[in-house]
Amino acid sequence: MYKKIMVPVDLAHADRLDKALTTAADLSRHYEIPVCYVGITATTPGPVAHTPKEFQSKLDAFVKDEAAKRGIDASSLTKISHDPSIDLDETLLSALNETGADLVVMASHVPGVPEHIFASNAGYLASHAPVSVLVVR
Amino acid sequence: MSDQADMLSPDGEANVIDTEYEVGQDNIQASIGPFGLDIHNPVFMISGLTIVAFVFLTLAFQEAAGPFFNDLRGTITSIFDWFFLSAANVFVILCLVLIVTPLGKVRLGGTEAVPEYSYSGWFAMLFAAGMGIGLMFYGVSEPISHFSSSFAEGAGSPDSWAPLAGAAGDQTEAQRLGMAATIFHWGLHPWAIYAVVALALALFSYNKGLPLTIRSIFYPIFGERVWGWTGHIIDTLAVFATLFGLATSLGFGAEQANAGLEFLFGWTVTDTSKVFLIIGITAVALISVVAGLDAGVKRLSEINMVLAALLLLFVTIVGPTGEIIRGFFANLGAYAEYLPSLSNPFGRADDNFRQGWTAFYWAWWISWSPFVGMFIARVSRGRTVREFITCVLIIPSLVSVFWMTAFGGTAISQIVNDGYTAVSDASLELKLFVMLDQLPLAQITSFLGIVLVIVFFVTSSDSGSLVIDTITAGGKVDAPVPQRVFWACFEGLVAIALLLGGGLGALQAAAVSTGLPFTLILLLACYAIVKGLITEPR
Repeated sequence: MYKKIMVPVDLAHADRLDKALTTAADLSRHYEIPVCYVGITATTPGPVAHTPKEFQSKLDAFVKDEAAKRGIDASSLTKISHDPSIDLDETLLSALNETGADLVVMASHVPGVPEHIFASNAGYLASHAPVSVLVVR
Repeated sequence: MSDQADMLSPDGEANVIDTEYEVGQDNIQASIGPFGLDIHNPVFMISGLTIVAFVFLTLAFQEAAGPFFNDLRGTITSIFDWFFLSAANVFVILCLVLIVTPLGKVRLGGTEAVPEYSYSGWFAMLFAAGMGIGLMFYGVSEPISHFSSSFAEGAGSPDSWAPLAGAAGDQTEAQRLGMAATIFHWGLHPWAIYAVVALALALFSYNKGLPLTIRSIFYPIFGERVWGWTGHIIDTLAVFATLFGLATSLGFGAEQANAGLEFLFGWTVTDTSKVFLIIGITAVALISVVAGLDAGVKRLSEINMVLAALLLLFVTIVGPTGEIIRGFFANLGAYAEYLPSLSNPFGRADDNFRQGWTAFYWAWWISWSPFVGMFIARVSRGRTVREFITCVLIIPSLVSVFWMTAFGGTAISQIVNDGYTAVSDASLELKLFVMLDQLPLAQITSFLGIVLVIVFFVTSSDSGSLVIDTITAGGKVDAPVPQRVFWACFEGLVAIALLLGGGLGALQAAAVSTGLPFTLILLLACYAIVKGLITEPR
């Protein structure tokens, strides 16, 4: 039914991702398809890493760990964004093209008032991506 | 190389600073009502509250505040003029040395980093942030001022405002001196000031792995203490200088755009119309800031660049074309000839010019430098130091020469050759429009002029909000969007409050006064740059 799952991950808040990660892993085992974890970083030093390269190695380590822990076929993709607070949505869309995934599993927070003004990332992807998007709350 | 070192290194090789500090570790992530926040404690709170207090005090005591800050500015520029002039010379020399020495080969972001922006997009952004608006207003008025004061009979006397000894009665020489003095204020020196701040930030952020905020430059000097109060003070000062600089410019800009609209369409200048202009400019800046760096700031800067180029081309073609082209080379020559004496800090007799013009300008550029430098740094990853300085110092200086020649040269030619005195009689904010009035299609070009003024303000306001937001978020560039919306609105509000309550001039003087401590900071930055670059792989 599906070929590949894309899971956007925010390494700064990896602790809040568990439910989405478990869901993705379950689906991956069920359909016997690989998972690609996507991380987005700016080029400036941030809380997760000082440089894009360090970010990538941290994401790789995270993915290796996930794959071993959950017994799935996993890969990683690091995308660079000039202005992550704004460009996140479009960067995720381009990551979707790059990975060739046909299912997105991503964590979201509980919607509140700001969602009427600033669209949430998961909401944006669900309305703009040509593939199925599973938003995990 | 160990795994750890390899993991830390940027694209290719670089010499990363090993510090325990984690970007954003002092940040508070909270929510006020429905909005999420990610702000540096205590920089955000201190700067926000102090600015509010400062504005209230200035409004409450404006009769005392105005003269106080003007005196302060006057005292600073007259006592420390030698210091400003010497420091600016150091910045220019450092930049020129970096171009020719092997240190110029260092690449920002590591040996294999690639530039993130095309030359045109990059140049448009750094030019719009760096000068933009000033060129619109001083392009016509400053060459005329220096020409007139040099040509006047008393030129060279202690009361005269003429540069150097002036050229009393000698029209050709007065013209050359006037242009050289103007280009001096808009050429290598201001851009060297920006280049130093921008280069230091880019180096310590992209190559050394420190957060993109002003305090990082001082790591080589203060070590781990920059993450404590030493750093808080530096960052807070930078936020002050940026916000006050932006708010005062926004206030003055509204006055000037309004004057242009009155000249063109007969719109009366009232407080209400100025407030609406500020609200309008802030609204467009908000759209731009919410659209982000690529879709907002960069695109507007490019539009700006095209409009400015059109206006420049137009003036060159319909104005005295041959004279402007010859003038470009002649003025370059005059600039080179007068540069050593104009930049000499000691033993000069032209107190009014040196203190009132040059030292004031240097203090003003320096107070803007945290903002412009930080913005330039943000978009310059992947360039080599040599490429960076060429594009931040040499090319903008040449553009300034051409711009001043076209606008100022045309205006001087109108006065000298056509006896058109309206342009020298007009008030400062109208000179550009009065000059354009003598050229064909004046309605269209004046309108273009007003649009340019407004768009330049928008690009200053949106890039300024990005910069303040990054500093007050401890160097994080992915803080929630409402924060930058807050800063953009705050700038507009401060501008409106001061415009209505008076005190714009007082605050501008206050902003300029921050130039003095920053000059020291910049000199330290020069040391940090050289020290940082030497340890980089080339």
